[in-house]
Amino acid sequence: MKFTLFHLMPYADLDLIGSAAYPTAWVHTPNTFYDPKRGARLYNRYLDELELGEALGFDGIAVNEHHSTAYGMMPSPIVMASALARRTTTAKIAILGSAIPLRDHPLTLAEEHSMIDNITEGRLISGFVRGIGAEYHAWGTNPVFSHERFHEAHDLIIAAWTRPGPFRWSSKHYHFEYVNLWPRPYQQPHPPIWVPSQGSSETIEWTAHPDRKYTYLQTFSPLKSVRRYLEQYRETAARHGYTASDDRLGWAVPIYVAESDEVARREAKLHFENFRNRFLKMPIEMLLPPGYSSLESMKGIAKAKAQITGDVTLEIAVEMGMFFCGSAATVREQIAAAWQDMRVGHLLAMLQFGTLPAELTERNMRLFCAEVMPALRALTADQERAAA
Amino acid sequence: MNFTLRDAAINGSTMSYREGGSGPPLLFLHGAGGAESALPFLLPFTDRFRVIVPDHPGFGRSPDPAWLDNIHDAAYAYLDFLEALDLRGAHVVGTSLGGWIAIEIAIRDRTRLASLTLVAAAGIRPGDIPTGDLFMWSPEDRVRQLVASAAFADRILALPQTAAQAEVALRNHFTTAKLAWEPRFFDPNLEKWLHRLALPTQVIWGDQDRLFPVEYGRKLAALIPGASFTVIEDCGHLPQIEQSDRLTELVLAHVARAAAGGAAAA
Repeated sequence: MKFTLFHLMPYADLDLIGSAAYPTAWVHTPNTFYDPKRGARLYNRYLDELELGEALGFDGIAVNEHHSTAYGMMPSPIVMASALARRTTTAKIAILGSAIPLRDHPLTLAEEHSMIDNITEGRLISGFVRGIGAEYHAWGTNPVFSHERFHEAHDLIIAAWTRPGPFRWSSKHYHFEYVNLWPRPYQQPHPPIWVPSQGSSETIEWTAHPDRKYTYLQTFSPLKSVRRYLEQYRETAARHGYTASDDRLGWAVPIYVAESDEVARREAKLHFENFRNRFLKMPIEMLLPPGYSSLESMKGIAKAKAQITGDVTLEIAVEMGMFFCGSAATVREQIAAAWQDMRVGHLLAMLQFGTLPAELTERNMRLFCAEVMPALRALTADQERAAA
Repeated sequence: MNFTLRDAAINGSTMSYREGGSGPPLLFLHGAGGAESALPFLLPFTDRFRVIVPDHPGFGRSPDPAWLDNIHDAAYAYLDFLEALDLRGAHVVGTSLGGWIAIEIAIRDRTRLASLTLVAAAGIRPGDIPTGDLFMWSPEDRVRQLVASAAFADRILALPQTAAQAEVALRNHFTTAKLAWEPRFFDPNLEKWLHRLALPTQVIWGDQDRLFPVEYGRKLAALIPGASFTVIEDCGHLPQIEQSDRLTELVLAHVARAAAGGAAAA
């Protein structure tokens, strides 16, 4: 199993009392709540944390994209990945992901990812996402065309990376007379592609298709759902006549390690619940605008809506396996058990969440890297060798 | 008298419509919520008109055809529809999204149309006029925001909804987003061609419309040469439901004037 340090870069200094007048930290909370002086400190702190991640032994460090929200301060993950490119030397830099349908000109993304891949001499992992529903409100892109634009933008970016230019591109949403990408990617034929998702069937089927075999990442979900979605990927692969290797599967999960279970829960509680119930929470109309998911999926989704629109306590999240929180031994055992069960090749550890301050984040990172990661590496390496 | 359900073959797909009565054709173009809620308003018109109530492509019982991507596709489908039914001298009543479609049809080809009644119609840039966000509203918010009277909203919300109706509501909302999400309920090029609405046109608005406030209606009416503008009091975005008697009077008067030679619109 490989380890990636995953960061959301929340605006952790949000005035939680003043902003409580707004039902969600997305789209509607005025940007007057963002203080640039505090924001500047947070950006630099979070970049330091990712750089520390490399020093502590993570295989990769990961950034992502969200718009008009205190949930994450990375409307452009490109900027963050660029800032990390010259400050790191060995870790993979994973953009998880770029919301490709939101760009009217997807070639800009092909260029930017390629530039980072060149600067890092091949350390880029490209992630492609549709962007969650709220981005379609924030950005104005029509959610009804989200899937079409995702597929077309993907095809265009891959073509730009792999086909000798110049060539003409004409699809339903994108038309270019001259596609001729300078620079070409450093990694050939192109950087690895990871696809983070909340478990959309369409996305799993697409990602596992033999034409792509991209790495699928299940993000912040109850353990049972993670297991089910990863299994769906394997089943899709089997249906297409191939076996999905473990490194095609990843799982992003918040983790907090402290000296004991009790201390961990006490220290993490407020910050985790701020993450889940203040930063992440949004109304269903924002999460799932019309057309974002197919009519068929929408009928089923109504049932699950309480999961995102209601509150979740730390205790429930731990119980459901959405959050690993405890002593190093507890967290190690829980992740090992989940790994035995799911055989997931990539663990994306989110070691800062919500309002978790710098000192606790750093201690969490150091404990995780010293007392959790090595044992899991040894365990999974042994069994992966045995299986090979 | 009741409506009969029919289908028209349109560009490799079908459009479903209800038809009832006889007389000059009255074509009703429904809003984002679909045609069904307007039927009680429309039924009395069947005494004097051949009333035709289509489900727009992607709404109600009409399939969502592969060619439907934007409001212009809907307008061209209606030009096919007018030909398919060979309608002549049609009086068009369009509400909200349907009013916008009516405008898009009429700027392209008005030869089969006798008059336009645009009720709380979308289509032009709101500019500085604050509008509601239909896509942020929950299903309950939509009812509460779209009618003026809270008691009336309570009564609508108390009506039972069948599973089939819920599914149609979901489809209607999807297709509304397809046509109107971006730009939000307008066509950036529409204002250039509103002078082509050279037929008797009236614009009608509820004084308490919270989706497109009455200033939006005034702006639309001012952009259409010769159009009249009437405000209905104690009325939100859905006059055909909330003030149907008043709207009926206005439609009948407009049709009568148009039939008399369109003098009122001049």
